Amino acid sequence: MDKPTRSLPQPTPETQHFWEGTQAEQLLLQRCTQCTHTYFPPRPFCPSCSSRSVEVYAASGRATLASYVINQRPHPAFDGPYAIALVDLEEGPRMMTNIVECAQTPEALQLDMPLEVRFEQVSEDIKLPLFAPAKIAPAKIAPAGESK
Amino acid sequence: MTGVAVVGAAETTELGKIPHLSQMQLHADAALNAMADAGLTAKDIDGIATAGERPTDLAYYLGITPTWVDGTSVGGCSFMLHVRHAVAAIASGQCTTVLITHGESGRSGVGRSGFPRAPASLAGQFEVPFGPMGPPTMFTLPVLRYMKDYGMTHEQLAMVAVVQREWASMNPRASFQEEITVDDVLNSKMIAYPFHLLECCLVTDGGGALILTKADRAADFPQPPVHILGTGESVETPMISQMDDLTSSRAFKVAGSFAMRDAGISHAEVDHLMVYDAFAHLPIYGLEDLGFCKKGEAADFIWEQNTAPGGCLPMNTNGGGLSYMHSGMYGMYALQESVRQIRGTAPAQVKDANVSLCLGVGGMFGASGCIVFGKEPK
Ligand SMILES: [Zn+2]
Repeated sequence: MDKPTRSLPQPTPETQHFWEGTQAEQLLLQRCTQCTHTYFPPRPFCPSCSSRSVEVYAASGRATLASYVINQRPHPAFDGPYAIALVDLEEGPRMMTNIVECAQTPEALQLDMPLEVRFEQVSEDIKLPLFAPAKIAPAKIAPAGESK
Repeated sequence: MTGVAVVGAAETTELGKIPHLSQMQLHADAALNAMADAGLTAKDIDGIATAGERPTDLAYYLGITPTWVDGTSVGGCSFMLHVRHAVAAIASGQCTTVLITHGESGRSGVGRSGFPRAPASLAGQFEVPFGPMGPPTMFTLPVLRYMKDYGMTHEQLAMVAVVQREWASMNPRASFQEEITVDDVLNSKMIAYPFHLLECCLVTDGGGALILTKADRAADFPQPPVHILGTGESVETPMISQMDDLTSSRAFKVAGSFAMRDAGISHAEVDHLMVYDAFAHLPIYGLEDLGFCKKGEAADFIWEQNTAPGGCLPMNTNGGGLSYMHSGMYGMYALQESVRQIRGTAPAQVKDANVSLCLGVGGMFGASGCIVFGKEPK
């Protein structure tokens, strides 16, 4: 359980489903039913073709480490230096997150390392999607569309 | 050419630590200096543009009755966008003489309005909860990707700061003037790996202002005109995590290529370059996105001293945001240096500076504005 000192997201009508999803430990993405583009962050239309015909689906939770910094300045929600990371989801979108179950060092945090989603309760209403080094090699994982 | 020229340009009387002036007075101090430079008073100004403060507040404070107002606020390159919009306004007859101001109590925080990110905004929901603490932990996020994809080393990133300090050592108004080495940079305090203190911009107080009018009126002013040859602008995303490509700025590419096309110039015609450098990687992204270097080659280009004093493409000749000054919205100081170089009055003057290209960034790769200045109307 995280300390209660992170800034918390305040869901809007357009993002409510995403945060309900993380509460249920699902990482929900949106996909355009016209052009099949998958996108993030949530909005009720496709940023690629402007169609309002979109659907919500559960992502695999698998990602790779795209980039990061290790912040050295103290933050009340973290113990010591911590990585702010960008991860590329298997489905295409990129998101900001933190990497857990891993030393916060350049040696441990290798770009392109496989990751899998974790959900961390940070308030009564909010679980944040965080990522940990993948336990199983990506090729051997079950097909996409499932969540843990 | 646009038919519009800069006829007045000045920074605040002081730069650095100015706790005895409010942010609004920093705008006004720069504006008064620019009006004096152009031989004008507030009564001669009929267009106003500013960011950081509202144009309403500033027009009232200075005693200006404008027929044209622009409050475009997209971060540190807002002033590039103001120049561009002013060119269009003057050319279409909406006003004749535009004042663009910047003032920021970035260090002292006197009368400064903040930039809060609402918890319901996209960034507030999908970035802020993960612990970013301002630009040093956000603007820097794409760089490890760039380093891995293009083989840039920590030493090469550090060299950006070393070269800019070389320029700053020639500038008596620069905040830091003592020359440094790559080792000095790499031994400076780690702020957010891979960024050390000397690879991050300064935090200072200051301001600047520009006055634009039709180039055919330029003979009426005491200073030689600095012609605006071309302009460009764009925006990409308010979230660094959502850049199209972590190794390139789409807004740089759009704004830069438009401005160069608008000016009708080739890369070889650019004598002097300013690339907004809030952090050491920005000149590398700028050189590549503007097309001065091929993808992945800008770090070598800087390492080989091409942008240093005596190099073939002098860049950030005031010392930049890394060594000259950085109040928060640095774009105005980059524009001021371009104007000084074209006028021939810069402390580190580049020989035969006839064309200067000035590229700004806003937010964190969120926006860009680009202005091409020339000694001749072209
Ligand atoms: Zn679509």
